[in-house]
Amino acid sequence: MTVLVRQDGPRNPPAAGGIRGRRPLFTARGREAAAGWLMSAPVIVLLLVFLVAPIAMAAWVSVSDWNGIGSPFASGVHAVGGRNYAALLTQPGLPQQQLGESLRNNVYYVIIVVPVQTALALGLALIVSRKRLAGRGFFRTAYYFPSMTSSVAVSILFLYIFGTAGVMNAIIGDLGGQGPNWLDDPNGVLHIVLSGLGVTTAPGALAGHGFLGVSWWDWLAGPSVAMIAIIALAIWTTAGTFMLIFLPAIYAIPSDITEAAIMDGANAWQRFRKITLPMLRPALFLVLTLGLIGTWQVFDQIYLMSQGNPAGTTLTPAFLSYLTSFSNQQWGQGAAIAFILFAIIVVLTIVQRLIISERRAGGAS
Amino acid sequence: MRSKIAIAALAAAGLAVLSTACSSGNGFGSSSASSTAGATPNKSPLTLMFGSSGTAETAAVQQAAKAFTKQSGIPVQVIPASNLTQQVAQGFSGGTPPNVFYLDPLTFQNYAKDGVLDAYPSALPNSGDFASALSQAFTYKSTFTCEPKDASTLALYVNTTDWQQAGLGAPPSSWSQLEADAKKLTTGGRAGLTIDQTHSGIDEFFYQNGGTVTNTAGTKVELNSSQNVAALTFLKGMLNQGIMKFPSQVGAGFSGQAFGENKAAMDIIGNWENGELQSDYPNVKFKVYPLPAGPAGTHATLSFTNCWGVPKQQTNLAGAIALVKFLTTSQQEMTFAKGFGVIPSLNTAQAQYVKTYPQYATFVQELSYAHPDIAIAGSTQALSAFDSALQQLASGNPASILNTAQQNLQAVINQGA
Repeated sequence: MTVLVRQDGPRNPPAAGGIRGRRPLFTARGREAAAGWLMSAPVIVLLLVFLVAPIAMAAWVSVSDWNGIGSPFASGVHAVGGRNYAALLTQPGLPQQQLGESLRNNVYYVIIVVPVQTALALGLALIVSRKRLAGRGFFRTAYYFPSMTSSVAVSILFLYIFGTAGVMNAIIGDLGGQGPNWLDDPNGVLHIVLSGLGVTTAPGALAGHGFLGVSWWDWLAGPSVAMIAIIALAIWTTAGTFMLIFLPAIYAIPSDITEAAIMDGANAWQRFRKITLPMLRPALFLVLTLGLIGTWQVFDQIYLMSQGNPAGTTLTPAFLSYLTSFSNQQWGQGAAIAFILFAIIVVLTIVQRLIISERRAGGAS
Repeated sequence: MRSKIAIAALAAAGLAVLSTACSSGNGFGSSSASSTAGATPNKSPLTLMFGSSGTAETAAVQQAAKAFTKQSGIPVQVIPASNLTQQVAQGFSGGTPPNVFYLDPLTFQNYAKDGVLDAYPSALPNSGDFASALSQAFTYKSTFTCEPKDASTLALYVNTTDWQQAGLGAPPSSWSQLEADAKKLTTGGRAGLTIDQTHSGIDEFFYQNGGTVTNTAGTKVELNSSQNVAALTFLKGMLNQGIMKFPSQVGAGFSGQAFGENKAAMDIIGNWENGELQSDYPNVKFKVYPLPAGPAGTHATLSFTNCWGVPKQQTNLAGAIALVKFLTTSQQEMTFAKGFGVIPSLNTAQAQYVKTYPQYATFVQELSYAHPDIAIAGSTQALSAFDSALQQLASGNPASILNTAQQNLQAVINQGA
């Protein structure tokens, strides 16, 4: 709570906070305050019931031994302290190894999906925003279409595209290649590249040591071939959504600035680099943040397409949390995974915010 | 960002409030324990939740429920679940589980450990009428707790067209014959044999070689025995010769698909393959034989089954038990067998089944030496890690695959104890 006060403090009128408590209800301003609370009460109640209470319950479950039967607040449920977290973070064993694998998979997923989908969305938005493009409306709709389609339908479509005898392998076959067994291939692409260079076994230093129960050699496996198919799907579906966020931002750039730059002899690349991109920074921050959060929470595509298979290479923390809770009935550990994921997203978003605001400070000087 | 911090702060505050609230008493939603066993059925409606294999099964269960309502006057709502385990779990956590539901052996272990299931079989007259492999799968701490609703065993499917073309005679009765026949049946585009690359498709080889998976009490995992390493090495040998292929190697989702598409001439799979062949590959001519015996002549297979789960705490326990009693008569089990192809679980119904479907008698005969598929409470992920390792058997080391699975599964048992 203190964080909130500190952040909002300077923007409030100085007197407002101090005398709120002593203000009598029967004065005009006091009645206004009461009315204000009354009118915002429905929203506050909704937030408490549907947001705060479930999060608090999940937090309690993550430090309890609740077995999924009845209320987590029943008398038979005990607090177990950090045991669920310890099993995941400090004790060697399968839970830790699976968390490690899921984080590895998701890191590669994020590293590829976020930059590519952002660049693609920006590129599409720039193309579609050109005034001289014929059929702009058509293209805008076409690019946005994958985002409007249900993720279930899209996932099933991609199951067919990436099937062994699917469209993707037919194209690769026409080009004279031999497509992989996409969704059943657990080999990491970096390992495949390395084995192409003749490195098939791990150097001892990488194989012998590791982090979270996964050896460094396996951390460096790269996304599996199966994960690549899911990455392709994610980029294809979300690029359109983020294009829609870039579009109004591009339209909002005053044309006189661009015209002035043209008069000064700036070429297209310079105009993009020095005018468009800086003016799109707020939109860029939004897209990167939404992309980061969305990619760390990837669930439905995994649930529908691979269930974490093959060989656990498409397991993600969100899906692992579901699996641990519902299939294994270890609700405490499942909730703990969810909170570890939450912590990762918060930390990464703060880091990203710092980086972007530093750049802004650097650019201004 | 600020809203995230706000949520976190609010959540912390909310947690403090809730935890003080629940430390002072039961909190909300906890129900007092009271036994209703032995009560006469009341007329309050029942829910029956099940995971359906298709429209035939849904229709058959709906019809059975209707017949029960006619007989007893208790209305039954039939709910085909799209994700049974999840929906039943949601019911239990909300305090309103379905009155009767399909329950698989692994989830059974979880719920039995939590003590939420009613051990109703002792109240029913037919509880002694099951093969031991079936009742064993639903016995927790030596109490038979949940009656099996059907039975399945793994058998050897042989494509008779391929078989005749290769000029082969009697079906293989030993591992060495299986290997020799697989070799003869292997052609350029076709493997001689396929099996599913999971513990449920492979464990029978352990038993055939005199090994086991756990001790009888289920307290010790015994996966890494020399017998099991030898069995896995035998399978690895066939993989490396190219005479056996896993379904993913031939672009199939499971072994039955590879067999149906004739990418393999033999397949070790359960009787659910019959329906698959009937609907998707009606032109495939096949025969079903018992699995070949291990080197010492030991016969073994795996059995699979689901049971009729009945929660202890519910709105109409006596009614639920009456419904299960109705569903587990020989007559009703034969109706299900005719409706959607399952094999009955009762010995008496199986005798009828074998007469009606002599071509599937093998599955019933194999029950006498079947072992239930491995089921340890909380082992879903340990088993899927084992499956992942088995998938890499062709390049993997059998001993280390079994050692890792041994450690993981033993850790699950130790954690639960």
